[in-house]
Amino acid sequence: MKKTLVTMAVVASMGLGATAVQAQTLDAVKAKGFVQCGVTAGVPGMSQPDANNNWSGLEVDYCRAIAAAIFNDAQAVRFTPLTSQERFAALSAGEIDVLSRTTTWTMSRDTDLGISFTGVMYYDGQGFLVRKSDGIASALDLDGAAICIESGTTTELNAADYFASHNLDFNPVVFVDKPEVLKAYEDGRCDVLTSDASQLASDRTKFADPSEHVLLPEIISKEPLGPSVRSGDPQWFNIGRWVYYALLEAEELGVTQANVDEQLGSDNPSVRRLLGVEGEFGAPIGLTNDWAYRIVKLVGNYGETFDRNMGEGSPIGVPRGLNALWNQGGLQYSPPIR
Amino acid sequence: MTTHFIRSEMVPAQPAPHRTSGPILWLRTRLFSSIPNTIMSLVVLGLLFLIVPPMFFFLVPTTFGGHAIPFGLEPDACRVPGAGACWAYIGARINFFIYGFYPPDEYWRPNLVFLLGALLIVPLLIPRAPFKVINAVLFFVVYPVVCFYLLNGGVFGLRSVPTEQWGGLLVTLIISLVGIICSIPLGILLALGRQSKLPIIKTLCIMFIELWRAVPLITVLFMASVMLPLFMPQGTTVDKLLRALIGVTLFSSAYLAEVVRGGLQALPRGQYEAASSLGLSYWKSMGFIVLPQALKHVIPGIVNTFIALFKDTSLVSIVGIFDLLNAVQSAASDVVWGSPTQAMTGYLFAAFVFWIFCFSMSRYSMYMERRLDTGHKR
Amino acid sequence: MAALDGASGNPPKTTFYNDPVIRGYIYQLLVAVLVIGFFTWIVINAAQNLAAQNKSTGFDFLGRTSGFSISFTLIPFDRTSYYWQAFVVGLLNTLLVAAIGIFFATILGFTIGIARLSSNWLVSRLATLYVEIIRNIPLLLQLFFWYFAVLKAMPAVRDSLALPFGSFLNQRGFFVPRPVWDERIVWMWLALAIVVVFCFVLRRWARRRLFETGRRFPVFLTALGGSILIALAVFLLSGATVSFDFPELQRFNFRGGLELPPEFVALAFGLSIYTAAFIAETVRGGIKAVSRGQTEAAESLGLKEGDRLRLVVLPQAMRVIVPPLTSQYLNLTKNSSLGAAIGYPELVNVFAGTTLNQTGKAIEVIGMTMLVYLTFSLLTSAFMNWYNGRVALVER
Repeated sequence: MKKTLVTMAVVASMGLGATAVQAQTLDAVKAKGFVQCGVTAGVPGMSQPDANNNWSGLEVDYCRAIAAAIFNDAQAVRFTPLTSQERFAALSAGEIDVLSRTTTWTMSRDTDLGISFTGVMYYDGQGFLVRKSDGIASALDLDGAAICIESGTTTELNAADYFASHNLDFNPVVFVDKPEVLKAYEDGRCDVLTSDASQLASDRTKFADPSEHVLLPEIISKEPLGPSVRSGDPQWFNIGRWVYYALLEAEELGVTQANVDEQLGSDNPSVRRLLGVEGEFGAPIGLTNDWAYRIVKLVGNYGETFDRNMGEGSPIGVPRGLNALWNQGGLQYSPPIR
Repeated sequence: MTTHFIRSEMVPAQPAPHRTSGPILWLRTRLFSSIPNTIMSLVVLGLLFLIVPPMFFFLVPTTFGGHAIPFGLEPDACRVPGAGACWAYIGARINFFIYGFYPPDEYWRPNLVFLLGALLIVPLLIPRAPFKVINAVLFFVVYPVVCFYLLNGGVFGLRSVPTEQWGGLLVTLIISLVGIICSIPLGILLALGRQSKLPIIKTLCIMFIELWRAVPLITVLFMASVMLPLFMPQGTTVDKLLRALIGVTLFSSAYLAEVVRGGLQALPRGQYEAASSLGLSYWKSMGFIVLPQALKHVIPGIVNTFIALFKDTSLVSIVGIFDLLNAVQSAASDVVWGSPTQAMTGYLFAAFVFWIFCFSMSRYSMYMERRLDTGHKR
Repeated sequence: MAALDGASGNPPKTTFYNDPVIRGYIYQLLVAVLVIGFFTWIVINAAQNLAAQNKSTGFDFLGRTSGFSISFTLIPFDRTSYYWQAFVVGLLNTLLVAAIGIFFATILGFTIGIARLSSNWLVSRLATLYVEIIRNIPLLLQLFFWYFAVLKAMPAVRDSLALPFGSFLNQRGFFVPRPVWDERIVWMWLALAIVVVFCFVLRRWARRRLFETGRRFPVFLTALGGSILIALAVFLLSGATVSFDFPELQRFNFRGGLELPPEFVALAFGLSIYTAAFIAETVRGGIKAVSRGQTEAAESLGLKEGDRLRLVVLPQAMRVIVPPLTSQYLNLTKNSSLGAAIGYPELVNVFAGTTLNQTGKAIEVIGMTMLVYLTFSLLTSAFMNWYNGRVALVER
C-alpha cells in the first residue's frame, strides 16, 4: 500500500508536478521552449479553440506575438483555458506566464493581487444585449427586467450600480459558468444579457439567429481589457508591455505582415528602429534586435489582428471605435520606440 | 341391514383445479387481483400511453420509424420542424466527446489506455480468475504509471500532450480511475487509524474523515482550484487536472474509509484475537488475516462508492476541467449544428454514457452481494 | 499483551522498543509531528503567498458593503447590504430549497419504495425502472436537463398562464398573491398554537383508547378539520383584515406578490427526484428487514394490506430506515450546492462564488462555507445518535 502511495507521489511530482517559477520568467520560458498563456475558452474573436485545438482571437494573438518575439515561432504557445474565478490564482501561482483573458484593468486588481497589467488590448465597456422583438430602445426602459450574468466578474457590480443610480429595479440571475448564462438568456429566462460589449458581440454569433439580438446604445462602465503578468519581474513586464506597443507602433507606421520585408529597407527612422535595423532595442528586454520584426512577420500589426478577429473582416464585426489609433480618433496610443 | 353412512354410488369427478400458471392467470394475480390494484394498473398504463410514444418518436431515428435524425446526415436535417433528437450531431462530434482536444493523430494512445484498462479490470472483477495479486499490483501500481507516460508523452519519442488538451470521456475516466486507485489505500489506512487504540491517531483520522464527508464536493473542488495554489511553496505550480484529482481523491477516501470500517467491524473479534495469539505483528495480522476478509465483504460497498465517485466527476466541469459533461456543454454552442434539439441531444448522450457505466457497475455490485451473501433468505 | 503470570511473577522483559505501549507512543509522536509539520508548512506557505500578493487576511470584509444584488432573497438585500448579509441570504436559500426538497423527496421516496414491493407487476416494474434510471445519472446533468426543460416548457411572459386566485405562471417563475394582514392576526396564530398543542394531547388520548378498547379514532382528520375551523372562527372574531398583494404584469414581469423563480423550482424538483430514488432503496431495504413473520402475523389478524404496512411493518422498518434516511437528507442539503450551476442563489453561489470573487478572500470564504456544511453534518450525527438510543430494541 505504501509503495503505491510513494509511486503515485513520484509520478505526480515528476510529470504534472512542481516546476519552480524563477523571478526570471524569460529564462524559464526560454528553457521550456514555449509561453504558457491563460485564456478563456469560448469568446470567439478574443480567444477560442476550434475542434482541432487551434486557438484564434485578439487575445490569443497577443500571446502569439510574445512567442514570436522570443522564439521567432508564433506557435510556441500553450493555452490554459481558465474560469473567471481561477484566473488570478493561476497567474500568481505561476501556472501561466501571461494572463490574456478578457480581464478588466482595475485599481484593486493592479494593487491587491500581485499582478501588473501591461496594456489595454481592447477598450471596452459593459453593455446590454436584448431581443429585437422586445422593442427596447434604451437601458432606461429596463425597469424590472431579468438580467443574466456570469459570476466572478465586475459585471455584477456594474449592473447593480447602474440600476441603483437610475432608481431602477432589476432581477439578476447569476450563473457560475458561461454556457448556462447564454443558454438561459436564449431560452427566454432573461430579457437582457449583460457583459462587456465585445463579448456580447461575440456571444451574439452563437445564437441561432444573431440578427434577432441587438446591443443597446448605453455603455455603463469603463472596461479596459488588458493582459497581465506577475509583479516582481520587471524584465518580463517590459516584454509584455512592449510587445503590445510594437503591435500598435507597427500599425501606426503602416508596417503590415505583407510589407514588413520591404519595410526593412525603409528610410523612415521610426520604422528602422521598430524593425531592428537601427539601434539596440531588443537587448535591454533580453530579446534579439529583430523582435518586433518577428511579431509583425508572424502575427501582423494591431490593426490586422483586430480586423481578422473582431473587426469588419470577422463574423463578429465590431467597429474599431475607441480601439482605433489615436490619430484615427481612437485611444490606442503607443509611446515611441527610440 | 343398510349402513346409512356409507355412500353407495361413486363421487362425481370434480372439475380440474385452476391453472397455476399461464398468461391469463398471471394478469389476474399480478395486475387485476383487486379493485385498487386494477385502478393502479390502469393509471400506470394510461401514464405509459402518454409518455412512451412521444419519447419513442423523439429518440428513435427516422430509419426505424421515429423522428430523430440518424448518424451521418447534414446539420440542416436537424433544423426541420418536428425533428427529434439530432443523433447526427453526436456522430459528427463523437471524437470531441471522447478525447476532447487530444491531437487526432495520437488517438491510439488513449485507445491503448482504454484497452489496457479493460484487460486489467475484467479479470480483477471476475472472482474465479487466477493471479489476483499480480493482477492487482499491475492495475493499482503499474497501470497508472504506464497510462500517465502514454497520455502525457515526452518520453520514448512520444509527442508531449499537455493535460489542457485531454478532455471528454477520457478525463472523466481518468479522474474516476485515479480517484479510486489512490483512495483505496488511503481509505484503508484511515479506516485502520479510526479503529486504532492510539488516541492521537484515532482522533486525527476521525477528524479527517468527518470533515471530508461533511462538505459538498463542489466546495472541495473550489478549494482545490482556488486555495491549493496558496498552500504550495512560492513558485511551485500544480497542474489543474492534478488539483482536481487531489480533491476528488481526498474526498472519496473519506467515504471509502467508512465502507472499510464497516467491514472491519463486521469481522468477529475472534479473528483479531487469533491473529495476535499467533504472535503476528499489527501490520502482519491486518495484512494477512483481517483485511483480506474484511475487504472481501465490502466489495459491494467499494463499488457503490466508485459509482458515486464516477457520477461526481461531472462536477469538475464547474471548475473548468474538460470532462465529458463540459465537452457536451461547450459543443452545444457549436453554431454549425445549431438546432432546437441540439442541447437536449447532448444531455441525453452524456446521460446515456454515464448511465451505461453506472448501471453496469451497480449490477456487478449486486452480483457480488449475492455471491457474498451467506445470510438466511426466505 | 498482558503477559501470563509466570511462577516468578515477573513479566518477560522485552527491549523497550518492542514494548507495544512504548511503540504506540512513538507512532503517535511521529504522526503528530508529521501532521503538525504539514500544517505549519501550509500556513507558512499561505502567509508567504498572501504577503507576495499583498493580500490581507481576516474577517473584516464581512462588515463591508457588498455592492451586488441578489434576485431571490428571504430577507431584504440590496447593493448597500453587507457581505455577512449575503452569507445569511445564501444560507437561508440553501435551507429553504433543502427543506422543500426533503419534504417532496420523502413523500416520493416512500411511495416508490413501497411501490417496488407492490404485488402489482406493472407498478413494481415502473418503480424499479425509475430507481435504476435516476440513480445512475449524475445529479448535475439532471439539474441542467430539468432547468432547461422547465424553461422551455413555460410560456413567455406575455403569454403568462393565468391560474385561479390571481396567480400566474411563466418563464420568470410562479407568481402568487401575497397576503397582507394587520396586527390583529396575532390572535389567530395564538389560537392555532393552542390547537396544535391540544392535537398532541388528543393523539395520546386516542392511543390510550385504542389500546384499552380497540376502537380507533380519526385523529388526523379531526385535528386538521378542528384547527382550520378554530383558526377561521378566531380570525373572524378578532376582526383582522386581510388584503392580498396581487402580482401585476409590468413591462417585463410581474411585480408584487410572491414569486418562485424557475431556478428554485428546477433545483427543488431535481433534488427531490434524485434523492427520492435513494430514499426508495432505503425504504425497500427497511421493509425487507422486517421479518416475514410480522407480515404473516398481521395477515392472520385480518388486517388489510394498507393497514399491515401502516400499523405493523413500517413502524418496525423505521428503526432501520431512519439512520440512512437522515444521511440522505444530509446528502440532499449538500447537493443543493449544485444550484450554483443553474443560477439559484444558494450559499455556494452567493458566497463561495460572488463574494469570493469580489473580495478575493479565498481561505476565509471557503472556510466559512465548509463550516456551515460541517455544522449541518454534526447536527445530523447528533440527531442520529439520539434516535438510535431512543429506538434501540429493549430486550426483555
